[in-house]
Parts: sequence; C-alpha cells; structure tokens
Amino acid sequence: MSLFASSLFDGISIGAVLLMSALGLSIVFGLMGVINLAHGEMMMLGAYTTYVVQNGAKALGGGLWLNLYIFPALVLAFVVAALVGLFLERNIIRLLYGRPLETLLATWGVSLILRQFVRSVSWGFVAGLVIFAVLFWGGRWVLQRFRPGGLGRMHQGAIALITLLSIGISVTAGYGLTGLGETSFWGKLWFSARNVDVTPPGWLQGGLSLGTVTLPYARLFIISLMVVCLVGIYWFLQRSPWGLRIRAVTQNRQMSACLGIPTDRVDALAFALGSGLAGVAGCAVTLLGSVGPNLGSNYIVDAFMVVVVGGVGQLLGSIVAAMGIGITSYLIGSGTLGFVLSNMGASFLQPVIDILDFFATSSMAKVMIFALIIGFLQIRPAGLFPQQGRSVDV
Amino acid sequence: MVSTLTTPQTPATANPMLHLQGLDVYYGESHILRQVDLTILPGQMVCLIGRNGVGKTTLLKSVMGLLQPRQGNIFYQGQSIVRRSPDQRAKLGIGYVPQGREIIPRLTVQENLQLGREAQRERKGGDRFDEMMDLFPALKDLLQRMGGDLSGGQQQQLAIARALMGRPSLLMLDEPTEGIQPSIILEIEAAVRRTIETTGISVLLVEQHLHFVQQADRYYAMQRGGIVASGSTEELSQDIIQEFLSV
Repeated sequence: MSLFASSLFDGISIGAVLLMSALGLSIVFGLMGVINLAHGEMMMLGAYTTYVVQNGAKALGGGLWLNLYIFPALVLAFVVAALVGLFLERNIIRLLYGRPLETLLATWGVSLILRQFVRSVSWGFVAGLVIFAVLFWGGRWVLQRFRPGGLGRMHQGAIALITLLSIGISVTAGYGLTGLGETSFWGKLWFSARNVDVTPPGWLQGGLSLGTVTLPYARLFIISLMVVCLVGIYWFLQRSPWGLRIRAVTQNRQMSACLGIPTDRVDALAFALGSGLAGVAGCAVTLLGSVGPNLGSNYIVDAFMVVVVGGVGQLLGSIVAAMGIGITSYLIGSGTLGFVLSNMGASFLQPVIDILDFFATSSMAKVMIFALIIGFLQIRPAGLFPQQGRSVDV
Repeated sequence: MVSTLTTPQTPATANPMLHLQGLDVYYGESHILRQVDLTILPGQMVCLIGRNGVGKTTLLKSVMGLLQPRQGNIFYQGQSIVRRSPDQRAKLGIGYVPQGREIIPRLTVQENLQLGREAQRERKGGDRFDEMMDLFPALKDLLQRMGGDLSGGQQQQLAIARALMGRPSLLMLDEPTEGIQPSIILEIEAAVRRTIETTGISVLLVEQHLHFVQQADRYYAMQRGGIVASGSTEELSQDIIQEFLSV
C-alpha cells in the first residue's frame, strides 16, 4: 500500500508539471486559437536557465548560494521563457494570425531551431547572432533614419542587400570563431547535445517520512510551486485589469477591439505569460531528472492532452485533467497498478494484471492513456466541464 | 420632396463630427458600399434608413474600422482615421453598439461596464458609472449576473451603457430596437435622447422603427449600397417611408 501511496504522490507531482505548462497553452489557445508547438521548448529554456543559474551559484562559492539558487532560477526561468515567447509572438505568430495550419508548422520549426540552438550554442555562435542583429536592424534603422520616405524603387533592393550582407558577414564570423576549436573560448559549446544535470539544493534532497511512506521534498516543492502558480494565474485573470482584457478578447475579439482594448498587446502579454509559466515548469522539471534539448518534447503532447480533456479555458478542468493524466500515466507506466493488484491475490483479476503489465513502460502507458482519452472524447467532446447555460451559443 | 444627393455637401460649420467621402467597401469581390458620402455635425442625431441588406451595418463597421474601404476617406473631427485600428478609433471617441449587441457573455454586467472604460482611459472626464445607473436603473440589480444570461432588452441597455462609459463623442447604434419589447424600446429611446441633451454627443443611428427614426435630426436613405436621399426628418413623408422603410 505504501508503494501505491508514494507512486500516487509521484504521479501528482508529474501532474503538477503538466498543469503548469498546460495553463499557458490553454490561455494562448483560447485567446488566439494558436497551437504553439514550441511551448515545450519554453520549458526546455527554463530548465537550461536553471542549470546556468546553478553554475553561477557554484562559481560564487556555493554554500548559501547553492541552497537558495532555485528561487532566482525560478524568476529567471520565467523571464527568459517569457521574453523568448514575446519575441516569437511579435515576429512570427502575429504575422500568421488566422492561419492555424501555418502557425502549427512555423511553431514546430521554431521548436526544432531552439533545440538545435542549445546543442550548438557557443560564444562564437552568439557572436555571429549578435553581428547579424546589429547589421540587419542597424542597417534598416540607418535607412529609416536618413531616408524616412524610403528609397522609392530601390528600397526593396536596399533591404535585400542589407539582409544578404548581414547574413554573409555574420555566418562567416560565426564559422570563423567556432572553427577555432572545441577547446577555445569561442568554440567551446555551452551545453552540447548531452544531457546536463541540475543538483537540487540540499534542503530539497531527502524526504518527509509519514509512517512507511516517504514524500520527497523535491516533489513537495513542485506541488507547492504549482499551487502558487495556480493561485497567481487565477488572481491575475479574475482580478487584474489585464486579466479582464484577456478574458474579454478570448470571448469576443472584434467587440473587444471596438471597446478600445488593444488586442495586439493583449495577445503579446498572454503569450509571454504562457511561455513564462512553461519556463517555471521547466525549472521544476530539473528537480526530477536530467536536462536535455529534447526535454520539452516529452511533456508537450501530454500538456496538449490536458488542454483537450480539461476543455479550453477551463481552470478547474485543466487541474482535474492534469492530475488524472499525470497520475494514471505514472501508475501504469511504472507498473505500480499491476503490482498492487497482483498483491491483492485475487485470481480473477489476473487478466487485468496481465494487461496492465503489458502497458507497464512509459511509452506503452502513453498508448493506453491516449486510447482512454479518445474514448473519453467520444462521450464528452467538449472536455470535462463544458460551458452550460444561455451564454454558450452566444 | 426627395432631394437626391450625388455630390458631397460641405457643411457650413468648421468641423463635422464625422465625414465620409466617396466610400467604397467590398466584402471579398462583392461591392457593398458605393461612393457613400455622409456628414454628421456635432450634437446632431442622424438616422440611416433602408431595407435589409442595403449596407447600413457595413457602413457602421467601416466607420469603426472593422472593414477597410477600398476607396474614399473617413474624417473624424477633421482628421482622417482610415488607417487607424478599431481600438484606436474607440479611444478617439467613437462608441459602437453593434447589431446583436455583442455583450461579452461570460463576464458579469459589472465587468462588461468596466470594459466600457477602456476607451476613456487616455482622455479626461470622471467616471460615468453612477450616471449609467441613473440612465438604466434596470441594470442596477443585475451587476453580478453574467452578461450572456440577460434578456435581449437588458443586453441592449447594457450595450448602450457600455458604449457611453467610454465618453464617446460619436455614438453609433445599429438597430437598437430589433427584437425588443415596446416598453423597453421607449426606455431606450428616452435614454438616448437624454444622453444627447445632457452631453451634446453626435449619434449615428441605424433603425427600422419609425418612432425612433423621427427622433433624429436628419435622415439618410440607402439603396443598393449608395445614399439615395437625405434631408431633415421633418420632411420625412409617407412616400419616403413607404419606399425605404417598410419591408
């Protein structure tokens, strides 16, 4: 029984991570109808931010720093992911508004780029990016500054020339610098493609003993983090002016604009907020396992399932769905359910136990979860808690 | 008699509140508004009449910025606003009560009214909440109800109150009496009339209900996407009504 209880607890903490990343997805999907496949990479960025902060704490001499680094890491993970999300929304998603299929492909592309970015990023690589940004935007700024009216027919050509030149110079510089070798300052990879490990602070190692059950502090921390995020989001959406604007635009974008709500700023804010939450989730994940470029892709599908099962824009539905999916997949995937049932010694349960054992790996557990979800959606297509009453069709 | 209007009339006063100049609007390839000219003076109530499908709603949407004209210009208080987004136009002082009211369904009445303040944020003037409660006392008891749960008449009152919360200088009403019981129609009429008297705003009204039409100072009649007649509502003879209003 204690095995069951501790597995249940582990499942809840997985559900907490899913919920934190699903909240952002749900808000963004409800508001803009955008399915952001790069959302998982926001988690990954949050996780790598934590890794960097931890290394910074080590460099500062450990001790107190190593015990408390998790708090600045949480804040920075949120900020980094939110800024990347903001950049993404301003420069890619906004241009594809109202074209869901293209958005899907574009965000998938972004997720691949971000994954490769952490694999191959080095000072030389960053230098190349900075050179490109300076030349490209600097060039366009100079053009704008001295010829505000544009250059007439030559304008497009001038922009193309700036683009080509900046790409050429920055790629050459980047290659040149990274070509100095793996051991040089410029060529040394920051993270490389291998997984890196984040050591939880001392006070998060070990666990709370309740009789025969031990609840790891790290997982308790994740669950309380989830509660804080949930309360924060609820307060933000229900009580703050920007929350009211987000809710209004979600329900009726055109009318909200007619009332004077700047819908593009609402979109940008919501997207940054959702990405930031994913960053926090990524920071939490570092306490559970190692950090790699593919970290996000392990969670993104489950997070989408939470949104679908919970119903879009439904806070309560998301909570129940995240916990349900987190717990079920952990109980089945770890084989706990089959083990517990077989310990009950009832022979008539044998077929059930065999089935559960068959699904007792994490990938097979996903198969079972998805089958269950497909079945569930046949019965309740609008999710767990569909809207009811007169306002539904409005 | 019917004064047919082909050339844009430049009004005698310095700046009209709203001036449409040769407006051409399309839905995809279908030509909806054809060379529409229209002028509203400050403090004037103008009514747009015409049968279903002649482009009245399209005209209001174009003024609000929900549709982009392919040709022509829209001047609001003397400045061209065709390049502005709907939220910028709302902040300039254009209030809009659309057909179907468009109350945000899963926000409370209070929150819907609060959204009305958005348009006012960057301009001066005190809060209008109490004023609105006096104007539409029926809303007082409904503040915590969901907007989507209100009856049609209540929603219409809420939509007008919401638009007025933003202290507009020009209020556009799209068929405010459509599908609403007669006693509420009179209330809404009285409220609009009272608002014009106390605040001096301009109103552009699209209406089929004759009693309400006669409250306006001027009328413009539309047919197949163009303005075909205009004049003072006092001149509004039975013939014109027969021609442009009855379905």
